[in-house]
Amino acid sequence: MTRARIQGQLDLDQATYDALVAHARSDFPYEVCGLLAGDGGRVVKHYEIPNAARSMTFYTMEPKALLHAMNEMDDAGWDLLAIYHSHTHTEAFPSATDVELAFYPDAVYLVVSLQDADAPVIRGFDIVDGTIVERVVYVDGLQAPVGSR
Amino acid sequence: MAIEVRVPTVLRKHTGGERKVTGSGATLRELVDDLETRNAGLRGALVGDDGSLHRFINVYVNDEDVRYLGGINTPLDDGDSVSILPAVAGG
Repeated sequence: MTRARIQGQLDLDQATYDALVAHARSDFPYEVCGLLAGDGGRVVKHYEIPNAARSMTFYTMEPKALLHAMNEMDDAGWDLLAIYHSHTHTEAFPSATDVELAFYPDAVYLVVSLQDADAPVIRGFDIVDGTIVERVVYVDGLQAPVGSR
Repeated sequence: MAIEVRVPTVLRKHTGGERKVTGSGATLRELVDDLETRNAGLRGALVGDDGSLHRFINVYVNDEDVRYLGGINTPLDDGDSVSILPAVAGG
């Protein structure tokens, strides 16, 4: 398992966690992606955004759906809490491409790995200026499993 | 000619923290040049040295992605609304 320095945490509720896993499984083996809106660090809305690349190794959020979600968050006064995507064949750690294209330093990047189909893993990261720092993901107050690989 | 431009959080350092700015221009290129005069650094965040839009910046005119309009040469009309968003992509 690839590791990075750990600092900070991200709190998810069980329903959101389950929804992220369900979304990742819904288009297997293709990568899925989406956004979590937050208010005071709490998830207030989950947006599934179509992957315009529909690829097993790349995602790019469909521009119009992305715009509508971002505008709704902005108008509601919510934060962009997290950006998530799935890795269907690799671990829940940002790839080189993920780091290169991390244009949102204020958001937590969540990676949902289905590498072990029976034991999905969600890990969270800040990616700022090319540096990855991991956040501990909590689900209803309990640390989420990080997997064995 | 007033065109409202919605600026994402990550680019508000160029707009003094403002989430919306206004500018003018008959094309997106003219608008960007006009905005740059009051929001230094914004042009560089949108446009490369070759004068075209960065690949991973989405610009929309009235909700339409300008990639499907005319790119940096997309014509603008008074009252149009422009939005800017860095792409969300990865591997």
